[in-house]
Amino acid sequence: MPFIPHTEAETRSMLDAIGVDQIATLFEEIPTSLCANAPQQPEQGLSEMEISQLMRSRANADDGVTCFAGGGAYQHHIPAAVWELTTRGEFYSAYTPYQAEASQGTLQLLYEYQSMMSSLMGMDLSNASLYDGASALAEAVLMAVRANRKSKSKRILIPKTVHPNYRKVVHTLVRHQGIELVELEYDAKNGTINPDSLKISDEDPGYAALVIPLPSYFGTLEDVHTLTDWAHSHGMLVIGSVNPIAMASLTPPGEWGKEGADIACGEGQPLGIPLASGGPYFGFLCCRKALVRQLPGRLIGRTRDLDDKEGFTLTLQAREQHIRRSKATSNICTNQGLMVTAATIFMSLMGTTGLEQMASGSYSNSHKLVERLSTIDGVTLAFASPYFHEAVITLSTPVAELLQALAAQKIVGGIDLSNDYPELGNALLVCATELRTDDEIEQFATALEQILC
Amino acid sequence: MLIFERSESGRINSAQRTAALQPLQEIPKAMLRKQRAQLPEISELQGVRHYTQLSQKNFSIDTHFYPLGSCTMKYNPRGANTLSMQSGFLNRHPAADTELGQGVMASLYDLQEILCEVTGMEATSLTPAAGAQGEFAGVAMIRAYHDAQGDTARSEILVPDAAHGTNPASAVMCGYKVKEIPTNSDGDVDLETLRQVVGPQTAGIMLTNPSTLGVFEREIEEIAALLHQAGGLLYYDGANLNAILGKTRPGDMGFDVIHINVHKTFSTPHGGGGPGAGPVVANKRLAPYLPIPMVGVKEHEGTSHYHWLTEAERPESIGRLSAWSGNVGVLLRAYIYAKMLGTTGMERVADYSVLNANYLMKQLQKKGFTLAIPERRATHEFIVTLKSEAKELGVSAMDFAKRLLDYGHHAPTTYFPLLVPECLLIEPTETEDKATLDAFVEAMVAIRQESKENPEQVKEAPLTLPVRRLDDVRAARELDLNWYNQ
Repeated sequence: MPFIPHTEAETRSMLDAIGVDQIATLFEEIPTSLCANAPQQPEQGLSEMEISQLMRSRANADDGVTCFAGGGAYQHHIPAAVWELTTRGEFYSAYTPYQAEASQGTLQLLYEYQSMMSSLMGMDLSNASLYDGASALAEAVLMAVRANRKSKSKRILIPKTVHPNYRKVVHTLVRHQGIELVELEYDAKNGTINPDSLKISDEDPGYAALVIPLPSYFGTLEDVHTLTDWAHSHGMLVIGSVNPIAMASLTPPGEWGKEGADIACGEGQPLGIPLASGGPYFGFLCCRKALVRQLPGRLIGRTRDLDDKEGFTLTLQAREQHIRRSKATSNICTNQGLMVTAATIFMSLMGTTGLEQMASGSYSNSHKLVERLSTIDGVTLAFASPYFHEAVITLSTPVAELLQALAAQKIVGGIDLSNDYPELGNALLVCATELRTDDEIEQFATALEQILC
Repeated sequence: MLIFERSESGRINSAQRTAALQPLQEIPKAMLRKQRAQLPEISELQGVRHYTQLSQKNFSIDTHFYPLGSCTMKYNPRGANTLSMQSGFLNRHPAADTELGQGVMASLYDLQEILCEVTGMEATSLTPAAGAQGEFAGVAMIRAYHDAQGDTARSEILVPDAAHGTNPASAVMCGYKVKEIPTNSDGDVDLETLRQVVGPQTAGIMLTNPSTLGVFEREIEEIAALLHQAGGLLYYDGANLNAILGKTRPGDMGFDVIHINVHKTFSTPHGGGGPGAGPVVANKRLAPYLPIPMVGVKEHEGTSHYHWLTEAERPESIGRLSAWSGNVGVLLRAYIYAKMLGTTGMERVADYSVLNANYLMKQLQKKGFTLAIPERRATHEFIVTLKSEAKELGVSAMDFAKRLLDYGHHAPTTYFPLLVPECLLIEPTETEDKATLDAFVEAMVAIRQESKENPEQVKEAPLTLPVRRLDDVRAARELDLNWYNQ
């Protein structure tokens, strides 16, 4: 019996102690009308050797692929120590740190995470994680509506340069709370919001918040300073939805405009989490100190014990569902603790310099890639403005077929934008992180040339 | 010591160098960071030693008995971890062509099928990231169903007073009002009250069965009939599925939609608070509203081809819950565990988790501890109330919990459910052996003896852990959430 230690003799003595003669008696309170029919084809469990044979063949079938896709999930270098430490049983198989004295390892690590993430974002404080970048944006939107007491509005301005799936997730998660998402168009030449196009008339009821992505989904750079000041002057809060590796080099939400953004959120995956078909990743959420009571999710505080020794504990729990129930700031309970463990170790081992090198390497490799691809007939760079570590190129042929042809050569050629942005034509979002070699870039370009000619 | 206190300006871990640092030439100066981020500057050994030592300050399943009620802290098989961490799985981009991911897609598809079978339901969506997101999905599906019928007057979700806090919080996120239903003294939902409050305004009810009181809801068929007759639907919170795996199925009980906490029943790690995964499984009526994406299959020339089902194929879906397709790595671990059990192993999970709980309950009762619901069989968990110990000896359930840590056992869940005073909710799980359960009973007896002879020792516990009891009031009043802001 997999993972069940009982010998027959032990089972017998336990039944005797209970005073029943068989295990089935313990289920006597389940009405017989509800007892499940035995499966028609009972399936025996596999041994570890047998399941290994199955899963190794499945993993091998998916292996050996070169990735030029980004769009919110990036393949970066991960130090070996990150996952060796993260999968230590003491981290891997621990529960949520409700018993603080028995969880100081996880709690201190989360406090360190909160500190590092706050610094990276230039913000006052960070929570201990949410599910992913998309749900973090949804929670940021809900938080902004609660926090912006001056604005009576429950409308949010969200540009089309925000990841299409993030916009869909925000819609799913906030639609039942009377919140309206108003989309902002982008400038066709630059692939960014044009601040001059933003007008609010006197009759307009206004908005609770403006969402600003950095970099945008297209890889371009929004004019975050002008946008932030514009939003603040119209009584809105500013939510930055940002890439954490980019923030090592680009201006972080806390530095935007005259006063900085009010809330920063995003996808934590680039910080030491493998691509893994989309999850588990983690969402981060930071804010100004004044908004802390509206922040959803767990928070770790540093305090003292009975002997005046430093220690760490969950704090401000009155915001959370296990205390406040239907009045909680969010329904979130389990978050992405182990992913944050990895990200904290990752940030410690890489340091600021390591993150800056990654940002620099991704920037230069993406530019190398785009420059090389642009030499191919039928390939053009879609936007004229600067980009960070990914860019949109347009092609002379439909993208879906091209990606299939590249897949046959085990190359992930990027993300097809033609469904989400039909106005861009045959548009492809491409990315090359610091991991991509010159040879791999050349292989991609050569393959593309052959397919297009 | 904090990692920041080990940091020394100018120390660089050059083994992790990835690229030469170059100016980002085309980026306008105003877009560059003014103040550098302040991350630790440590050597690799310092980092490895620091986090290894931190890990050693944790209790975990791998190191300690962890009888945390409602959390199902069973052994997390190492094989599931190793097999999910293979490069073919880890390096797959979520937007990659599905032909480059048939291995992972096949596994996810098989898991969808297994979860349908286990729950007696029609279709599964694996995408919710945790139980609470599964709850949100389930209630949003109930809402989508009523909306599709043009039945927009239903404004209330019923939730028993013993439910997890996530239940009412999820219902509110779906725009519903929450009405609490009392529980009667033997642990079942109070049917009389239920009859009075169910009506045309009722959208549905959220139930956990076995309930958070650790007993099977015997009136479930009548509850289902009552709700369905009134046009309401039933949501099953899968938190306690471990107790009935292979014995009875939520679909057979009359539930319309359920979520499963795979980090409980399917033994994926809790990771110090996640990641979990909360697949939702629905009957025919609610299946069209399941969140996207789901995995579909097409047969072509004798081979199965797995692909994503999105808006085009699932137009009535409540939509997306995550940027991609949920916590795939967690779902792979659940799949591996499910395959290692087989259908025969699943029933044994219920058998032995219930055997362990009933044995532990009986042994504690024999030693004079008071059970909250002594006349009922335990399911996979049960409640001890320390009301009389608190009154006679002046030690609380919290004191017992903290002292148990000194004895090398993680504390049971304390003060939940809220209805039972001074309670410990105890869930041993099926993966613990008899000797461990006996040691726990001995520790409980010893702590009670200490409470008589030396109560201060119990009230001040823990005495042997890295820290003693922490000042939570100070933590909240003098908020210190960020080392750099001190």
